[in-house]
Amino acid sequence: MAILSIVNQNSCEEEFSLREVPLKINGKLVNLQLRPWVSLLDALREYAGLTGTKKGCDHGQCGACTVLCDGERILSCLTLAVMKEDAEITTIEGVGTENELHPLQKAFIAHDAFQCGYCTPGQICSAIGMLNEGKAQNREDVKELMSGNLCRCGANSNIIDAIMEVKNETI
Amino acid sequence: MSLTASIGQPISRLEGNLKVTGAAKYSGDYNVAGLLYGHVINSTITKGKIAQISTVKAKALPGVIQVFTHENRPSLAWFNQMYADMDAPPGSPFRPLYDGEIRYNGQPIGLVVAETFELARYAATLVEVLYENETFSTNLEENVADAHTPALGLATMLKPPPPKPTGDFETAFAESFAQVTADYSHGTEHHNPLELFATTTIYEGDGKLTIYDKTQGTVNSQLYVGNVFGLKYKDVRVISPFVGGAFGSGLRPQYQLFMSVMASLELKRSVRVTLDRSQMFTFGHRPPTLQSTRFGADKDGKITAMNHSAIAETSRFEDYTEVVVNWSHMLYPAPNTLMEYKLVNLDVYSPLDMRSPGGSTGLHAIESTMDELAYKLNIDPLQLRLINYSDRDESLDRPYSSKELKQCFLQGAEKFGWANRNPEPGSMRNGNKLIGHGMATGIWEANHLPAKAEMIITKEGKLKVNSAVTDIGTGTMTIMAQIAADEFGLSVEDVVFSYGDSKKPFAPIQGGSFTTSTVGSAIKAAGKALRKKLLKKAGLMDNSAFRGVPISEVIFDNGYIILKNDPEVSVSLRDIILANKGKEIKTNNLSVPNVFKLKKYSRAAHSAVFVEVEVDQELGVVNVTRALTVVAAGRIINPKTARSQILGGMVWSISKALREETIVDHGLGKYMNQNLGEYHIPVHADIHDLDVIFVEENDTIINELGTKGVGEIGLVGMPPAIANAIYHATGKRINQFPIHFDSLL
Repeated sequence: MAILSIVNQNSCEEEFSLREVPLKINGKLVNLQLRPWVSLLDALREYAGLTGTKKGCDHGQCGACTVLCDGERILSCLTLAVMKEDAEITTIEGVGTENELHPLQKAFIAHDAFQCGYCTPGQICSAIGMLNEGKAQNREDVKELMSGNLCRCGANSNIIDAIMEVKNETI
Repeated sequence: MSLTASIGQPISRLEGNLKVTGAAKYSGDYNVAGLLYGHVINSTITKGKIAQISTVKAKALPGVIQVFTHENRPSLAWFNQMYADMDAPPGSPFRPLYDGEIRYNGQPIGLVVAETFELARYAATLVEVLYENETFSTNLEENVADAHTPALGLATMLKPPPPKPTGDFETAFAESFAQVTADYSHGTEHHNPLELFATTTIYEGDGKLTIYDKTQGTVNSQLYVGNVFGLKYKDVRVISPFVGGAFGSGLRPQYQLFMSVMASLELKRSVRVTLDRSQMFTFGHRPPTLQSTRFGADKDGKITAMNHSAIAETSRFEDYTEVVVNWSHMLYPAPNTLMEYKLVNLDVYSPLDMRSPGGSTGLHAIESTMDELAYKLNIDPLQLRLINYSDRDESLDRPYSSKELKQCFLQGAEKFGWANRNPEPGSMRNGNKLIGHGMATGIWEANHLPAKAEMIITKEGKLKVNSAVTDIGTGTMTIMAQIAADEFGLSVEDVVFSYGDSKKPFAPIQGGSFTTSTVGSAIKAAGKALRKKLLKKAGLMDNSAFRGVPISEVIFDNGYIILKNDPEVSVSLRDIILANKGKEIKTNNLSVPNVFKLKKYSRAAHSAVFVEVEVDQELGVVNVTRALTVVAAGRIINPKTARSQILGGMVWSISKALREETIVDHGLGKYMNQNLGEYHIPVHADIHDLDVIFVEENDTIINELGTKGVGEIGLVGMPPAIANAIYHATGKRINQFPIHFDSLL
């Protein structure tokens, strides 16, 4: 929030119309002072202090910034924060806690479904959204529907193993 | 009460919880009050000078704090070697903002600092630059006539030049029964870790900086900042607890570090500089390389003559080298050899080690030439490797410290079903898909560097271990905790391994598959010293049964020291601490490889790779449907994380052989696909059945742990195995990577 106060001090509101943007993130209402061109990704990371959501390309090409919006997976880098005023946003911080992990989070650890961990929040949010969609019938479908989330470490097969375990358990 | 040894257990990553909950913090995740944001401006020309640079419009924007260029940058070190780092090749390192010269396309020429990220990025577009263009050249193929023998330097220790010729290659080749001659071509590749390079410099006052940097070497970045900005090393602390992939790109301090520190010192504020994805293509890459091979064999398949030559790209300012042509004679004992390696200086940035540098380039040529030779001789490709098998490294005339490659071949062939393969190209199919089976060998040197480690028994009787080393996703943190736990018969839960901080004991840059051996050996050395110290302290306790007992007569187990010949007699580490007036007991030790012992042996990890591909007959689309990598890499500390390392190398192999390439427009001297939409890497749908086997390999020579490292070995053998499988499927030998579908139509 300290960053915001500095922006205010510089009194550039007139040119750059700062506005209050109420966002419902992980069940909590947060009022952020944002300019209209701030992406949801930057709003989360730089203004709401939720750095679990990652920036890998800022162009919708890597999936690292995937969050859930009303249960659907979206790319937060291609979404302006002001577009989501009435939505329920869930980031990786809201998926589970260290003491009460989501089944996918547990499965990712058990299957060693990450190495550097940078794509992991996006993979997990995307997997939750993908399972919600209910389109995937089998492993091949899961691979195809998860292909918007890149992993440079090459943990691909472990990621799909982890998702399949949870998918099979929940059926 | 004895615990199972931790080494060898498939323990899940200890930092797993932090990574799956988003709590793991990377260098761009540290937010502090009053943080400023920097955005870098890059040159749009390839060579020339900045004639004029105007920052007036950018600076006029409210919220823009400063624009730095070569004209107003602070005073910096004038001596170019002050910019050198632990991985600097011979030459003169690039100095950001040093002057108005443009040396390559995308060179950083300015930094806008503003109160928000968006503002800095926008203001950067308002900076106006007038250039004076000069003629340039970025095309390796057009400039091979200018190839020169690389300059030697410090890096030569880890990257030896080609071995001297043996016998008489030309005569032996001419007289050989079967001959294969082939040319190979590799283009530029960029590391593209998923995390963008970012540095957050926290201005602490009193000239002190805390720097969160994306790096593979905290000490490397610390020394660089100290040298370039004239700061005392103790005032510069570099922290990198989590690194979102690097693959070599963090082996040298990159320009976002320079920019962030410069702005922080000048403005006396905390500053973050994050590169965008297109800027991730502006600081180091795998160099394009042209290779040619000539292998000759007798009628029984014994190789009599081998020639392997490579010409690679480097910049105008540094002679970056790789070990490309040294591998064939390490694998195959031909009596007549000729290995050559040369560089061409071009108007590009210096290349930079990228996962399995040199090995993944050279082994493609060597192992595809072997495949071609097998077909020429009508010998099974696996059999040809066995005919030319050696336990010695003939290139240096010495034995291997261990080499279980034969086991890799045998176990791999059995599991893959190699015997079922019909050797005739194009003979196996599934509907309109041609099926191909290919195999290849991999080799990677097992190195070991000096490092320090600190070990502490805390007041609570727990074990703390400290090292400056990073964990770039390799599992280093977990593995080091396992090694440390076994030093005292503790469980990993009783060990705290702190790392990724230049304040902690020295570790070299993390790369080249040498980290486990290097830092692990330091932990072994510290463990040994700390056990002695603890026993001595135990002996000083009242009525101690341990007084004067030699270290060989006790064991450390589950928090106790126990007499070997009378297990009833024991003392807890906690009681030793109590007797030590409640003060912790610690050691800090340096481990140095035993060079005199090691120089009598060649040390390397080996692999055998078996691949199945399907090639669509009408569309030429290639799918790697099944692949098996069998690895001999000494002792495996953690089979779970090690398997992931090999799987990662296998995905990179598919990427190298079939997907990734940086495309250059030589008319502009510019990379044309600087984004992840057009720089293709495999997606989940591209990855099918991948399997890994580690064979038993007991190496008592290499280091106390018997480890060889697994970071690179997964990426050396599989690219040629894919190319060989494509030949088997289609009868087409494509020696240019990546293999495009149109070349198979």
